Amino acid sequence: MPRRIRVSRRHLLASAVAGATSVAAPAILRAQGASSRPPLKVGVLLPRSGFEASIGQDCQRGVDIAPGILKSLNLPELAVMNADTESNVDVARERAEKLINDGAQLLVGAFDSGQSTAIAQVAEQKGIPFVINIAAAPDITEQGYKFVFRNFLTAQMILSSAFENQLELFNLIGAFPKSVVFMHVNDTFGTAMAKGINAVMPKFNMPYKILDEVSYDPTARDLSVEVAKAKGANADALLAVSRLNDAMLITRELVKQRWTPQAVLSMGPGWYEDQYLKTLGKLSSGPISFVPFQDPNKKLTKVLEAALAKAYPGINLSTNHVYTFEALLIAADAYKRAGSGEPKALADAIRTTNITDNVSIGPGIQFNAKGQNDKLKCGTIQNRGGKLVTLAPKEAANAKPEWPMAPYQNRA
Amino acid sequence: MPIDVYLNVTTVGILTGLVYGLMALGLSVIFGVVRVVNFAHGEMMSIAMYLTVLLFSSLNLDPLVMLVPIAAVLFVFGYALQAGLINPFISRPEHSQFLLLVALALIIVNALLIIFGPDARTVQTAYAFDSFQVGPLIVDATKLYAGAAAIVVAALLFGFFRFALIGKAIRACADNYTGALVVGLDVKRLYALTFGIGAACVGAAGVMMTLIVDVTPIIGPTYTLLAFVIVITGGLGSMAGALLGGLLIGVTEALAGLLFTPSAKSMFAFAILVLVLLFRPQGILGRRSI
Repeated sequence: MPRRIRVSRRHLLASAVAGATSVAAPAILRAQGASSRPPLKVGVLLPRSGFEASIGQDCQRGVDIAPGILKSLNLPELAVMNADTESNVDVARERAEKLINDGAQLLVGAFDSGQSTAIAQVAEQKGIPFVINIAAAPDITEQGYKFVFRNFLTAQMILSSAFENQLELFNLIGAFPKSVVFMHVNDTFGTAMAKGINAVMPKFNMPYKILDEVSYDPTARDLSVEVAKAKGANADALLAVSRLNDAMLITRELVKQRWTPQAVLSMGPGWYEDQYLKTLGKLSSGPISFVPFQDPNKKLTKVLEAALAKAYPGINLSTNHVYTFEALLIAADAYKRAGSGEPKALADAIRTTNITDNVSIGPGIQFNAKGQNDKLKCGTIQNRGGKLVTLAPKEAANAKPEWPMAPYQNRA
Repeated sequence: MPIDVYLNVTTVGILTGLVYGLMALGLSVIFGVVRVVNFAHGEMMSIAMYLTVLLFSSLNLDPLVMLVPIAAVLFVFGYALQAGLINPFISRPEHSQFLLLVALALIIVNALLIIFGPDARTVQTAYAFDSFQVGPLIVDATKLYAGAAAIVVAALLFGFFRFALIGKAIRACADNYTGALVVGLDVKRLYALTFGIGAACVGAAGVMMTLIVDVTPIIGPTYTLLAFVIVITGGLGSMAGALLGGLLIGVTEALAGLLFTPSAKSMFAFAILVLVLLFRPQGILGRRSI
């Protein structure tokens, strides 16, 4: 006679708990593994002092707000090791070596093309992954490096995207400048951009001509002669590739020399940065920047904006925060997928990154065989009463353009 | 290019050159009398610039108002420096004096870095964005004030050395050291006074320079070099030569920036120096040594 198995309520409960435990075990173990894994040591190299200090410190804000957001995205913890490049290429190289010697498993940085180039050489030599937050010189990802990744537009990408955006803007306002004078800083980035503009512009059939080109030293402390020369070209608009300090110097001279061009069209940093807006107040309104920027309509952008507003009230979210945060996002995501902090495994994981829930304009974060995210796009940003509004591309726009610029002399 | 652009740029060059001239005047006065080359000259100017920024940001005191007090502070600094530190080196070889003043320059730069940090600082006066228009000529108000103040300070200095008894005594020391001792002049004290006056000049120049450029701790060596270029061009030890050299370098830089490429304008200032050294080694207004 077969034995009859009696199932009591206790048996049923015990079986259910055992079953649920066995089903959930791998996920729990994975989760425990992620949380018990030691934080990834990330060396963040930025120009925190020197002539690029303001921008470096602005990038640092992107680092400061990252931990909470990464945690909310269920990504592993990062142990950030800060280093100051002092806005100097040689110092950047030394600091990168020191970070690696001190145990950094991944490097992030360094805002400047020259400094990033030096760090990339060190990272490749030592076999440590390097995620570039901001640097546009195309050469960096053309060297065949295996450990260098850039989630930022190259100078050529910025230019192509910026010219597309300009055409979109001119269509939007139904007007365009017939001529521009081109002022640019003569550092690595500025020179690369200047070469690029001359090479790329003919392909876009732009409606304006460049009447004159004025280059200047990045450490210049007085740009009166440069602006006088630009003004003398008698162009409709000013096309600029600059940094923060020189953007402010140029604006001061525009006011003093009583020249308000139809528009200031910037294809670099400086003109839309927070310190520019705060230092110059009403005089900061008007310039239009064609730059890598956040998509205000993306979900993670709003999260980042809220975190920045909480940590740094009154600071506008912008490129420096966005791309520095995204570099850390890439690091944390790769660490999670690699399952270890071993440099080769991390580099392999970064190479297969596919983050679509991101902040910057474009479809997301993926890298090509050269380690370049080639899907990024520029945004068209205008300074408006101490705030930044996005004019283009259409999917990221949240305001209509103001054209031409209000004369500086009429701003009380 | 329209003629008014040349006019405006030349004006900028003249006004900036006047401030350069005043800065170099201090160096020239010190060398002309004490026969010590002040290798910490630009660094002393950066002290004055930081004092200006500090007083403006904390007490909102206008740089033009602070011109005399800051020049006085630098005078005391210069006097104490000469009396306490440099006088014992007067009779020592030139390389000892050189090392002493280079060491002083390094100390000043690093002290400023420790105290103020490496970032650029500026003063935003109410007239920071003002300019005056006379026909096609647009003159930057801050540069105009700075240039005018440079002329006034230089005129006072010329007057002091020409008419004041102490000024004449200082000139006597410069002309004949032994003779000055023989007639009973306190040469060491007069040297300290001269160094103080040179420091006051560079202090006044620093205050005015703050109206034109942002200040960083590492700005000093640039201006030390510039002061040398100016006084060697104008004539080492010649006060009028320093002013002329300042004007020449200021205008050359401005016009070179306009006519050639702005990023290479310093090159033209050095080219002037090379030409002067080749064809008139004693400087434009300098006296040939016997």
